[in-house]
Amino acid sequence: MQLSDRLTGGAIAALGSAAFFYGSKLPPVPGQQVGPSAFPMAVGAGLVICGALIVFGIGRHFEEVAEADMASHTAPELLEPLPAWRNWLALLPPALVLFYALASEPLGFLPTAAIMVAAASFAFGAKPKLAIPLAIIAPFIINLIFLKLLRVPLPGGILPFPW
Amino acid sequence: MTNTIIQAFGLVFAPDVLLAILCSAIYGLVIGSLPGLSATMATALLVPVTFYLSPIAAVATIITASAMAIFSGDIPGCLLRIPGTPASAAYTDEAYAMTRKGQAETALGICLWFSALGGIAGTLSLMVLAPVLAEFALSFSTYENFWLAMLGLMCATLVARSSPIKAIASMLLGLLITCIGIDNPGGVARFTLGSTDLLGGIEVIPALVGVFALAEVMRALTEREPPRLEHKRLGSILKGQWELTKQYPKQQTRGNIVGIIIGVLPGAGADMAAWVSYAMSKRFSKTPEKFGTGHPEGLIEAGASNNASLASGWVPALLFGIPGDTITAIAIGVLYMKGLNPGPTLFTEQASSMYALYIIFILGNIIMIPLGILMIRLASRIVGAPRSAVMPVIMVFCAVGAFATAGNNLFAVYCVAAFGLVGFVMEKNGYPVAAMVLGIVMGTMVEQSFVTSLIKSDGSILPFFSRPVASVLAAMTFAALLWPVFSWGVEKMRGGRAQTA
Repeated sequence: MQLSDRLTGGAIAALGSAAFFYGSKLPPVPGQQVGPSAFPMAVGAGLVICGALIVFGIGRHFEEVAEADMASHTAPELLEPLPAWRNWLALLPPALVLFYALASEPLGFLPTAAIMVAAASFAFGAKPKLAIPLAIIAPFIINLIFLKLLRVPLPGGILPFPW
Repeated sequence: MTNTIIQAFGLVFAPDVLLAILCSAIYGLVIGSLPGLSATMATALLVPVTFYLSPIAAVATIITASAMAIFSGDIPGCLLRIPGTPASAAYTDEAYAMTRKGQAETALGICLWFSALGGIAGTLSLMVLAPVLAEFALSFSTYENFWLAMLGLMCATLVARSSPIKAIASMLLGLLITCIGIDNPGGVARFTLGSTDLLGGIEVIPALVGVFALAEVMRALTEREPPRLEHKRLGSILKGQWELTKQYPKQQTRGNIVGIIIGVLPGAGADMAAWVSYAMSKRFSKTPEKFGTGHPEGLIEAGASNNASLASGWVPALLFGIPGDTITAIAIGVLYMKGLNPGPTLFTEQASSMYALYIIFILGNIIMIPLGILMIRLASRIVGAPRSAVMPVIMVFCAVGAFATAGNNLFAVYCVAAFGLVGFVMEKNGYPVAAMVLGIVMGTMVEQSFVTSLIKSDGSILPFFSRPVASVLAAMTFAALLWPVFSWGVEKMRGGRAQTA
């Protein structure tokens, strides 16, 4: 997930220019000089400038100082890099949250949450002895807290909450 | 006056508030002590619960949970050399060195005792500063409010431990996010791309949950499992703390003052306070060579500092709606939700609520001592909780919590996923997420004061600089903007001279 400054800076500059042009097209409020377009244009222009400066590597020096400071305060064994595939594993939690958004209504809260917990728990390297009971018990407790204590209607789906 | 104070005590000593304080204290202690879970995350996950509490109980849970989490982040730092929260990172080495010398109980005692004292000092600053500033702030017009907000945003980028340009970019990104929706001076739909969900804009809480909680779960997946904590018998925790208090009064006072100042600065919170105080303690120490070998001096100063910053972070939050740190960024959302809208009038119209807030802070820091001792004794059981059990549950909480705070709308859950991803990628590439969050929290206010001011002045920017207070605030904002250039220049000149010599 470590991207080059050129890439992130370029993306920021592109986003800024898009915001600037989109903002400039917004309809003005009749009888007023300043309307809804002023702020997005100002922010967009700022983003373009920042993006360009990042592409040219200005301010990099401050980052190096902060990184060295952080490294000198962390245990050395924690700084050893992990295999690259572990970085991609980081995409799992947002994917599971998306899965919740899509599946919780048809499937219901309990099965959806159980699948999420089990998948995440295995990704963290849990043994089935831990992951499976956790996937069964944790959704029940969360459902109890939200439904009974906070009165949030969680979707029942195919497996409604028993009480 | 006395009447209001009695009323405030009545508000705090209601059974529901006391129960909320106790539960959130335990919650904060547990979350803070788990490596990788920060105090901000603990607070963000509390928001859905505060929805269903009375206003005072809601604020009480946030105050207590954050204070406890900042202290208990010291526990794994001390015993395992892994900071429980980023606020403990600055002095983890020192505390662990004391543990290796066989002084674990003294190190933990210092963290607990001076955290509580620092927290009380911070509360006193809040009690003194806030009403004085409130009187002053009553005379502010939109011009001053605009510059104040800008100054706050600039401070947030200045204190980020990263490239200032990246910090400004993050902040602008946050401001751009608040442009989404129809909540703007013209009531025009902006950046909605035809989606009805985006018409209402991006809600702050789901964005915060994504950036601070889901992104932490993601990061934990890319990092190693911390080592297991051996069960250790510890001696008396508070023994010798009074002697240390008397031995290092200067360090403690300095830690408190630095913590208070950093807390008041928008965007800079407990972690920053700890870093600055530790460095300061080392610079002014008579025995700087002892630092890093298990010397209590730096631990006292930084431990007091991070807890002191918590309370003073509420000063700009209550007065102007400008968050003093990421925790108060969340708290501001809760204050609005509970009808305690930030502003100088809060101190005149809702005085009893304000006094109640002070009482909660002091109460929280007092119960920190017995509960903290209990937590230290149980640490080997709790700190060792496997990540593979804790993180999945937190992830489900992120989804359900956001769903509940956004009025049972699934759009909030999509926001959590998106902001989790954004926060994770930003953090990995050196873009400070705290700056973006500040932009999101303050965006609407900045735009309103900016556009209203321009409308009042008929498009002229002169009044932004001609009013006395506004001009001072403007000068400070530009100074903050140019400070990194200046400090870089000075360093360059020194470096050049050293090379020629």
